[in-house]
Amino acid sequence: MFRYFIRRVILMLPVAFGVSVICFLLVQIAPGDPLTAIMPVDATADEQAAMRAIYGLDKPLPVQYAIWIGNLFQGDMGNSIATGRPVAGEVFGAVQNSLLLAFSAAVIAFPIGIFLGFLAGYFRDTLLDRTVTAISIAGVSVPNYWLGIVLVIIFSVNLGWLPSMGAGPGGSQDWAWDWLHMRHLVLPAVTLAVVPIGIVARTVRALAGDLLTQDFVMALYAKGMSRGDVLRHVARNAAATALSVMGLQLGYLLGGSILIETVFNWPGSGFLLSNAIFQRDLPLLQGTILVLALFFVAMNLIVDVAQAAIDPRIKRS
Amino acid sequence: MAALDTQLVEDPVSEAGKGYWSGVGARLIRDPVTMICLGVVLLLILSAIFAPYLGLADPYKGSMVKRLAPIGTEGNILGTDEQGRDMLARLIYGGRLTLFIGLTPVVLAFFIGGTLGIVAGYAGGWVNTVIMRTVDVFFAFPSVLLAIAISGALGAGIVNSLVSLTIVFIPPITRVAEAVTSGVRALEYIDAARASGANTLTVIRVHVIGNVLSPIFVYATSLTSVCMILAAGLSFLGIGVRPPEPEWGLMLNTLRSAIYVNPWLSALPGVMIFITSLCLNLLSDGVRSAMNVRD
Amino acid sequence: MSETKTLPDTTPDKGGPAQPLLIVRDLVKYFPVRGGILGGKKAVVQAVDGVSFEVRKGETLGIVGESGCGKSTTARLLIGLLEKDKGEIIYDGQALGSRLSLRDLRRGVQMVFQDSYASLNPRLTIEASIAFGARVQGLSDPVGRARKLMDRVGLAPERFAQRYPHEVSGGQRQRINIARALAMSPRLVVLDEAVSALDKSVEAQVLNLLSDLRREFGLTYIFISHDLNVVRYISDRILVMYLGEVVEIAPVDQIWTSQAHPYTRSLFSAMPSMDPDNRTKEPPLAGDPPNPINPPSGCRFHTRCRFAESVCKARVPALKPLTAGSEHLAACHLHDLGSGHSKAGKEMLP
Repeated sequence: MFRYFIRRVILMLPVAFGVSVICFLLVQIAPGDPLTAIMPVDATADEQAAMRAIYGLDKPLPVQYAIWIGNLFQGDMGNSIATGRPVAGEVFGAVQNSLLLAFSAAVIAFPIGIFLGFLAGYFRDTLLDRTVTAISIAGVSVPNYWLGIVLVIIFSVNLGWLPSMGAGPGGSQDWAWDWLHMRHLVLPAVTLAVVPIGIVARTVRALAGDLLTQDFVMALYAKGMSRGDVLRHVARNAAATALSVMGLQLGYLLGGSILIETVFNWPGSGFLLSNAIFQRDLPLLQGTILVLALFFVAMNLIVDVAQAAIDPRIKRS
Repeated sequence: MAALDTQLVEDPVSEAGKGYWSGVGARLIRDPVTMICLGVVLLLILSAIFAPYLGLADPYKGSMVKRLAPIGTEGNILGTDEQGRDMLARLIYGGRLTLFIGLTPVVLAFFIGGTLGIVAGYAGGWVNTVIMRTVDVFFAFPSVLLAIAISGALGAGIVNSLVSLTIVFIPPITRVAEAVTSGVRALEYIDAARASGANTLTVIRVHVIGNVLSPIFVYATSLTSVCMILAAGLSFLGIGVRPPEPEWGLMLNTLRSAIYVNPWLSALPGVMIFITSLCLNLLSDGVRSAMNVRD
Repeated sequence: MSETKTLPDTTPDKGGPAQPLLIVRDLVKYFPVRGGILGGKKAVVQAVDGVSFEVRKGETLGIVGESGCGKSTTARLLIGLLEKDKGEIIYDGQALGSRLSLRDLRRGVQMVFQDSYASLNPRLTIEASIAFGARVQGLSDPVGRARKLMDRVGLAPERFAQRYPHEVSGGQRQRINIARALAMSPRLVVLDEAVSALDKSVEAQVLNLLSDLRREFGLTYIFISHDLNVVRYISDRILVMYLGEVVEIAPVDQIWTSQAHPYTRSLFSAMPSMDPDNRTKEPPLAGDPPNPINPPSGCRFHTRCRFAESVCKARVPALKPLTAGSEHLAACHLHDLGSGHSKAGKEMLP
């Protein structure tokens, strides 16, 4: 197991390197001179050259990358152009809020998805199955940023039950586990949960349906095992795949929450990202994307290792 | 009993071969859900193409007097937007850019990713390693994040949206194409074709492409719905289509300010995105089962 | 005159009847095995290790051995589907890679594979599959050629030409594969387990077809199989492989009555006898073949051989004629008087 873990970590390193290269190149593909945002309009050519040297922009790209990655390892992701504050601090604060939102959505989505998917898989080709299938197709087809708006219309505008903006009363940025704050979480978390409900339900339905028709299930019934015990066996067999799908979905929730955070003004990484884009704050854009992508890479690693821990067949392949 | 029955059944006969495409067509026609979805998608595409001939109001011409007229207003059957422009006209004209930006990247990625995957799968060795390891890196980004990152860096614009979405969908298509191709590559008819002295290009053209294209195609169709949602999402964020062009995502964004004045009106563009993406998904499922491609 | 009859457009003979059609010298193919933490090259499988033999014009050479002994790898090397690591392949006096290009080799050598379904493109009609090779080789009238050959292998072109592989039976598919190989007008056909997957009754029909075709078109066959009875039926000479090496070559009658190598003997004794008076007395071969990643030293069979002595472990036996000028060759210290084996020359294997 440990060997497998080490192997996965080593295999992950080139991917992490590639991710950092892409994030570095993001700033390079951006049109315009990165200096224009910080230089006064009337700066002389000499002043520009001096500034260029200070930021290392006169050096060849690989050297710039080396400097950037070197700073990164010391926790320095540069300063935000808009606020002047270090990017690292801004990103980590926002990522915490995003994680809170992503986990809340997962807590809603996974049990519902598993339950619906199992029902559909167990009662295959019944009305129940078709209903669940319809729900899951609608779930994966819905543009969730629109769904968020619809929920706001219903629960905030029409009914006035829940707030539609921010993470706390009066635009407070500090989270607390009380109802005043948590009611701000309800709508974005539910909105974000809809797509993974569809995907998890679909996966579990296929898994349960396939496993229940397999010979070993027949053999378990044949030897007189009770229905509940058979289902436990099936669940264990389905666990590895279901787990990996859910792990990846958690990663997608984190990366995919950008649109939802914009809809609800949720002060997370997505909100930060859309501000960065809007203000052409490239260091902030770069730093946020790097942190989110590395989170996703780490999530993949955890999923792989957890899957191998549950299903010994995976380790060998 | 079930196990015994399956053993008695003869080898499953492949659906490929004579009458394959007519068989697919016949199965599609017998599938009402797929046919309805096909009809809706075709209707949306045709109405978008022929929008100027439908006798609609000018989608760009606003009116300060008629701002945010509710649904059912005389002369503006679906109301007007925050600048008093006719919603029906804007929704139908909006299909032009939304569908164009929503579908083109998948087509481009199908050709680029399909080629990369077939080359990687057929060549194997270091060519495969270079292509597939690069693809792995792009897989490290959730698709939404990657699209927003590239579009965010490049800035708003139709071409930039097309570029970023194409980049997002190349890796998954490459991966599927590579897997399917290396499966076919291992079959003996490829060996037999190589042993007949045919060069690599001929072997790929005659023996590989015909056998890998339909699974890659079916997979690509399953991406169209996500691509639509993402494309509109980019415009919704303000990094896709620029105002005043009618586009569903952008309209959804600009109408958000009207949410307290005329809430249901502001949700209309999203309904269009939802219907389109739902139909694309169901259509793809229908094509998949008609072509008998397994997941 | 019937002996000079060939398929249309066959490449003309160059070396005369005495020149073997194919000479294989010290053929070597190792496959790297990846593993370890970084997936680097860890070890090699010695799939084919120093194989040498000749195939004469017009004969059928049978190749037998357990699965994994390197039979199929040898076949794939001969037709250039795999690249050899070392050794020479000489076709009608011309060495591959120097005077003979791979493309020319494939004009002269064709192959029929075991899996009749996997070896036909499911998207091509039968006619198109057969005509494909002739077309890429630029032979005249590929479709007409395909239809004639379909007729010759017993598939009426008017009924079968436009069908697809899944619409015909396994035996018919293997006839198509034979026609496909012959459409290139080869002189040598490598049949890799070509009848092994067929029902017994169909197998006999296809074997008869192969014999007829050989006589009719002056073909030469390399017939690879694990079924000794089938090999005996069709072959003039038999070559036995064990763990990537040749252990014995002999005319079929000689090897059928007296096997020189202990491995060949156990292989033959594993075959059930039809005659109750002629029961198998040899004990069956114990255990699995050793791992070809780390083959035993010396004679590779010594780990399973009941005659094994220290010399067998120490030195690799050479493939030699049993007596001077004999066509019966074996690689065993028992038959080499100077080998130092205590029973050398004494233990005359029946």
